[in-house]
Amino acid sequence: HLPSLRVQVLIRTIRTARTQAEEREMIQKECAAIRSSFREEDNTYRCRNVAKLLYMHMLGYPAHFGQLECLKLIASQKFTDKRIGYLGAMLLLDERQDVHLLMTNCIKNDLNHSTQYVQGLSLCTLGCMGSSEMCRDLAGEVEKLLKTSNSYLRKKAALCAVHVIRKVPELMEMFLPATKNLLSEKNHGVLHTSVVLLTEMCERSPDMLSHFRKLVPQLVRILKNLIMSGYSPEHDVSGISDPFLQVRILRLLRILGKGDDDSSEAMNDILAQVATNTETSKNVGNAILYETVLTIMDIKSESGLRVLAINILGRFLLNNDKNIRYVALTSLLKTVQTDHNAVQRHRSTIVDCLKDLDVSIKRRAMELSFALVNGNNIRGMMKELLYFLDSCDPDFKADCASGIFLAAEKYAPSKRWHIDTVMRVLTTAGSYVRDDSVPNLIQLITNSVEMHAYTVQRLYKALLDDISQQPLVQVASWCIGEYGDLLVSGQCEEEEPIQVSEDEVLDVLEGLLVSNLSTPVTRAYSLTAIMKLSTRFSSVNRIKKVVSIYGSSIDVELQQRAVEYNALFKKYDHMRPALLERMPIMEKTATNGPTDIAQTNGETDSTILDTKHLPSITQPARRCNYHICFCLAGIPPMTAYNKNGLKIEFTFERSNPSPNIAVITIHATNSTEADMTEFVFQAAVPKTFQLQLLSPSSNVVPALNQGSVTQVIRVLNPQKQQLRMRIKLTYTHKGSPVQDLAEVNNFPPQSWQ
Amino acid sequence: MQFMLLFSRQGKLRLQKWYVPLSDKEKKKITRELVQTVLARKPKMCSFLEWRDLKIVYKRYASLYFCCAIEDQDNELITLEIIHRYVELLDKYFGSVCELDIIFNFEKAYFILDEFLLGGEAQETSKKNVLKAIEQADLLQEVRHMCFLKICRISVLTQ
Repeated sequence: HLPSLRVQVLIRTIRTARTQAEEREMIQKECAAIRSSFREEDNTYRCRNVAKLLYMHMLGYPAHFGQLECLKLIASQKFTDKRIGYLGAMLLLDERQDVHLLMTNCIKNDLNHSTQYVQGLSLCTLGCMGSSEMCRDLAGEVEKLLKTSNSYLRKKAALCAVHVIRKVPELMEMFLPATKNLLSEKNHGVLHTSVVLLTEMCERSPDMLSHFRKLVPQLVRILKNLIMSGYSPEHDVSGISDPFLQVRILRLLRILGKGDDDSSEAMNDILAQVATNTETSKNVGNAILYETVLTIMDIKSESGLRVLAINILGRFLLNNDKNIRYVALTSLLKTVQTDHNAVQRHRSTIVDCLKDLDVSIKRRAMELSFALVNGNNIRGMMKELLYFLDSCDPDFKADCASGIFLAAEKYAPSKRWHIDTVMRVLTTAGSYVRDDSVPNLIQLITNSVEMHAYTVQRLYKALLDDISQQPLVQVASWCIGEYGDLLVSGQCEEEEPIQVSEDEVLDVLEGLLVSNLSTPVTRAYSLTAIMKLSTRFSSVNRIKKVVSIYGSSIDVELQQRAVEYNALFKKYDHMRPALLERMPIMEKTATNGPTDIAQTNGETDSTILDTKHLPSITQPARRCNYHICFCLAGIPPMTAYNKNGLKIEFTFERSNPSPNIAVITIHATNSTEADMTEFVFQAAVPKTFQLQLLSPSSNVVPALNQGSVTQVIRVLNPQKQQLRMRIKLTYTHKGSPVQDLAEVNNFPPQSWQ
Repeated sequence: MQFMLLFSRQGKLRLQKWYVPLSDKEKKKITRELVQTVLARKPKMCSFLEWRDLKIVYKRYASLYFCCAIEDQDNELITLEIIHRYVELLDKYFGSVCELDIIFNFEKAYFILDEFLLGGEAQETSKKNVLKAIEQADLLQEVRHMCFLKICRISVLTQ
């Protein structure tokens, strides 16, 4: 048979392939050869073949047929075989496949091998990919090795133990005795891995945490030695002795000192020492400072130490290395709530970071800036943030705009400033503003009564410039619809009033209706705005014409509105002024409103800008709504019963979505001087109909028309027959029971046709 | 550390070390997406980015990107040092390492990594000790049968 290619020869060959297809062909050929070699149980070349397979696997080709071969290699007595076998196992096997369990016995044997490098291989493999079952089976062996005096093995056993604990947390206890003398080791490898093991145990168990608190003095000592000791060539990195170990010790100290006064005090000095003496010219020193800062902020450190930590972060912000600036901003975000004043001192540096070229830095600087806005710095900060909004990436604009709205709402020094800020956002980032900003801004504008004239003027002028930004256009339309009268009468006090005629205003609104740039929602806004102007402007005929044109619009929403507005003109003209009058001041619904914003946890990036926190506006008075509802449905109400002071009116709702269902609401009122109690309304319909009666609003009809009882009836009328109904009324009046039956035959045709 | 990937500027994978259990399909997906994301970064950007719920630390050495995924509590700056240490080890071992060394001797790159990190954490902080262990292990490959080692062991361990 063909001689087996050496691995490097195969690699070279594959690399000569000029196309994907050529490569695939070579790979398939070689895989076939490898497969037959495996089938022949060729021991000599198994190792080489698996190695080749691993190379091809890295290129993305399937190699699952080599899994069992890896196991055979692991079982071999040759070190070369074991090395490749274990590597193959780590690359090709995963714990979700049962075949990996076949490794368990081999690993067990190799953990006890006479050669430490073989023991090392098995520890490494177990610690990298051991499944829970394997860990359970082999934990005892690992524990044994954790107690060995061979530091080469001890350090590996410690990290293997970490993996075992992660997979099978209940086994943590069994490693406790072996941890006893871990920190007395001189060997840095063992020290480092021991600290990692102790960290894992403390993070997982409060009991372990309390138990290991006594190690704080020892950890402090080790750290001190690292800092104070002279140059140690073996562990030196740019003049710092074993930075990896220093960082891990600092992290363990953080966990041990958190929430514990005594421990925190015991580490106070060393933290101050590290913070002040660590060389900051290279990344390695800053890595240690960074960990130190995190520890200082998390434990119960004295205020001087905390300020020191924040100042380190402040210096980080000025570092040329963008990585350092990045971690500084991340850390400051975490501490801005608890150490707000200290962070405020670095506000200008943070704001400068808004101009950084790196996207992640910019984002953090933006979030931090919003966290730092308060009543004192709002004007200055807003200037910077608005400038940032102008020039930042589109990805940021939505969040930035939302943040600005929230900050403005919370800290606006004046209503005029607030409106101006809102205008600025709408005009510069109007297309990125979130949809829910529109109702919020409408509410803001409505409630800023003295600014109405100014607002509508500014919005109108903005529309003249640009009608492409939908949120801006929607707010502007709404505003013009509401306050168009102020616009044409030139009542603006805040700035020079513009001269504009009713026709010019209507031109603009009609322009929105026809523009390709307008979304359907925007068109709906402008049509409604035009309609509202019919009670504010004198050019009613023009408006009537527009409304009637859109009665045949393809856009269903527009068509519906136009038809309803038409009906308003034709049949309910007397109601038009009342319906279209100025909106009253809107109350905010109780939500976790903007007052919570400053208190949000800075760690969650988007919490500050979480749209769930934006308040939503309530609808204006409910009574108003149903009036619009019933008359816009086009079906007039009817009186079904009127006797002995009890009057029952039926109103009809549009039978959307099912045209066979008539939804009728009964309204019972009582003009007598005594309440009608225990009021029950019943109804019956002919057999071709089906009726559903929902719960009544109450069973007391108050005297003297002081209120009504309402109840909803749904009538299914599939055959579209003329609606008829028999009703039965029972109630108690002045102590006596009353009962009456009546036929209702005067249903308007539209209710059943 | 959850995983480490080495890849070229063309997006070709040169080494993949996974410290979390994932299916082959998931690994391929993560690799593809992450490689794309990192290659799209501009030189002026910092070495860290957030990706899914992980922190990614990456650094480019000549034609190779070294990319690590770490967890929230891990220190990004020291991870850069970890990457740098690994590069130094490769450099010392291969003598002025280049991408081709890692392509043609990929198994050695893994062996070196496995002497430096275990389960995603550093097991040895001394450069010298890592290199010594690799050297000794390489020697073992020359020996035919390990029973010889019982005789040689003393000299091997004290070197």
